Amino acid sequence: MSETIPRRLVTPTPAETSGALKGSLYRLSRRRSTTAFLFALPLLSVVGGLIVYPALYAIYLSLLNRTQTKFIGFGNYAFLFTRDTFWAVVEQSCIFALTAVILKALVGIVTAHLVNNLPAKGQRKWRGMLLIPWVIPLSLSTLGWFWLLDPTYSAFNWLFAQIAGPRIPWLSEPNWARFCTILVNVWYGAPFFLIMYLAALKSVPEQLYEAAAIDGASAWQKFLHITLPMMRNVIAITVLFSLIVTFANYDIVRVLTSGGPRNTTHIFATWAFQLGIASGDIPLGASVSLFMFPILGVSAIFILRGVRRRGREV
Amino acid sequence: MVSRRDLLIGAGVIAVAGVGTYVATRKAGPPSAQPVSAPSVHTTGTAGRLTLGVWDHWVPGANDTLSAICNEWGQKNHVNVHIDFITSVGDKDMLTASAEAQARTGHDIVQHRSWQISVHRAVLEPMDDVIDALVKDHGPISTISEYLAKYDGKWKAVPSVVGSQIKPCCSRIDLYKQYCDVDIVKIFPADENKRDKALVDGWNWDLYLSTAEQLFKAGYPVGLPMGQTSDAIDWVGALFRSYGSVFIDEKDNIKVDSAETRAALEYAKRLMAVNAPGVYAWDDSGNNKWLISGKGSSIMNPPSAWAVAKRDNPKVAEQCWTHDMPRGPKGRFAPHLPWYYGVWSFGSNKSAAKELVHHMVDKPQAKRLVAASSGYDLPSFRSYYDFDTWKTVEPPLGTVYNYPPRGDEELSITGYPARPEVATQIYNQSIQTVMIAKVAQGGEKIDDVIKWAQNECEGYLRST
Repeated sequence: MSETIPRRLVTPTPAETSGALKGSLYRLSRRRSTTAFLFALPLLSVVGGLIVYPALYAIYLSLLNRTQTKFIGFGNYAFLFTRDTFWAVVEQSCIFALTAVILKALVGIVTAHLVNNLPAKGQRKWRGMLLIPWVIPLSLSTLGWFWLLDPTYSAFNWLFAQIAGPRIPWLSEPNWARFCTILVNVWYGAPFFLIMYLAALKSVPEQLYEAAAIDGASAWQKFLHITLPMMRNVIAITVLFSLIVTFANYDIVRVLTSGGPRNTTHIFATWAFQLGIASGDIPLGASVSLFMFPILGVSAIFILRGVRRRGREV
Repeated sequence: MVSRRDLLIGAGVIAVAGVGTYVATRKAGPPSAQPVSAPSVHTTGTAGRLTLGVWDHWVPGANDTLSAICNEWGQKNHVNVHIDFITSVGDKDMLTASAEAQARTGHDIVQHRSWQISVHRAVLEPMDDVIDALVKDHGPISTISEYLAKYDGKWKAVPSVVGSQIKPCCSRIDLYKQYCDVDIVKIFPADENKRDKALVDGWNWDLYLSTAEQLFKAGYPVGLPMGQTSDAIDWVGALFRSYGSVFIDEKDNIKVDSAETRAALEYAKRLMAVNAPGVYAWDDSGNNKWLISGKGSSIMNPPSAWAVAKRDNPKVAEQCWTHDMPRGPKGRFAPHLPWYYGVWSFGSNKSAAKELVHHMVDKPQAKRLVAASSGYDLPSFRSYYDFDTWKTVEPPLGTVYNYPPRGDEELSITGYPARPEVATQIYNQSIQTVMIAKVAQGGEKIDDVIKWAQNECEGYLRST
């Protein structure tokens, strides 16, 4: 009788068990979704632990009173809307972020074209050099800029003085201070646009330009009717990404001006720090830092929807 | 076959086990941190390890002295003391304390800046027993130190020696003599018994302005920061208070719209006209650099500028003299910034922590700490002002003798006398320096600026 028992019902030997397990794991690993999930797991953990959880916690904090003992709903936001300084910060943040992103995009696209038209031999060197501002830690490079723009011992002013030029109040006069914070942001962020646009430029089929040339298109017409439409998705994603990051900027203003003079360079993050950490009102600080979240969130949805639609058309 | 669910469960079990092991290890401390000779013999508490998060002092060697003091105490009491020196650059000290308060875990003892006791008081252990013992031995503590740390009748922290400071004038002896015919050393000699009352009384804001004008003409302007950082906020607060201007009183009445505030603003506008260039953007190093460069004639700062000048520009250091603030219509006020040691209420070794705090602030240790900082650290006990350090450091001999208040100077802090949770906003949102900048730099009308300030003050009261 025992001879008729199928082999699979008998307790398997260790070698067989090992073989079966190997087989199962092999099949599991062959599943593309499992593999993808496993590869994404570390990133998901980081995103969950360092982005999603803090964001949810910040939202929770923003709904509490100053001492974090009572739930007050949107009370902090309602209060902020009545404050003149808050609206000044909103205005400055918008000026800072929009101007910086537009300038970064312009500098990026112009530089990308220039680099793209360089001979292949020297192009790599230029690409590397132009990326330097982007790879230096921001607070460190901003400190360098602070020394260049120092209110009393500015290196730029020293140079101007050598040619009998004017002494410019880089950081001590509101409009100059605004200009300087934007300048440093553009200096730091433009290489990101450059590299993205350069990659996009290289993916535009050469035949399109050749066809346009046969039709007698000028350089401007080629840019307007071929390059720009072909780069639209990259431009949209780059601008969106940069807008989010620039609205959240902290280092530049903190190091250069601390929000001064006269609160004129405060942006969301620096003012949130003043309120939340320095003045001990963490819920109000959280509310300030979250103010742009819904606006940027909705913008992101629309921009990404456009990108997806154009992707399908292609 | 192993399903994806099984795999996730397995991974979860491993992760939980890993975290558990980590937590167990962390509770026990790293092997090197374990008491070796006496793992569980403690005279001062229930555990053998204390951790401190304290300010990373800018004076070379000052950290070593604090470490030595703590280690001596640790050895005597069989407690392993571990110190983390945390920089204030980028406000890392404040961020660390805030993170620990939110997470309800961290160092046993944390050093806090002036206003942070108000911020964290809900999670700080009452320290009345430590304060009572210190007061019994050494007399009263400065009123500002008490104002910032005592809530509902309970001390929530103990003023530390390390980091505590005031910001009186530090002026150039030679420039004041040469261009203003004012002998700073004669007015404020290195012996309070030799002071001439008439001369001291004559050192007021009017004289300060007239000498500032003369020094400006001579090409050596005073350097008074007007940005939004601590040095600017502190001296401006003393100016407003010496004119009798109160922004919000202790009963939450907004009083910024007053003749006193107008007088202070009008005075400040005149003073700004003869101030150093770029002061609206100076950070806390701006005034130091101005004095050290040799271009500046007077600043309002602890002796750090003099100490750096001693190293970088000795000829300037030889001419520096720290002395009292100018007197205003309502008194003479010196900006005081006491720092504190706080013990978290969620800490596990509170009794030992309190004993160590007492030890660090006690007079013999305070004397060593003051010496290690070349007189920069200023204890909150007036009875400590007899330390030799302030008499002996040089050049010139006696240069920082008047750093601790010796005469009629009252200690003050911007925002006082509003409740600390309100005053911290007056201070940290630099409303007073912004007001002066609006008037002096922005050309706004004083009435408009006061109206703006009134609106800001209303906001400060709401969020309490």
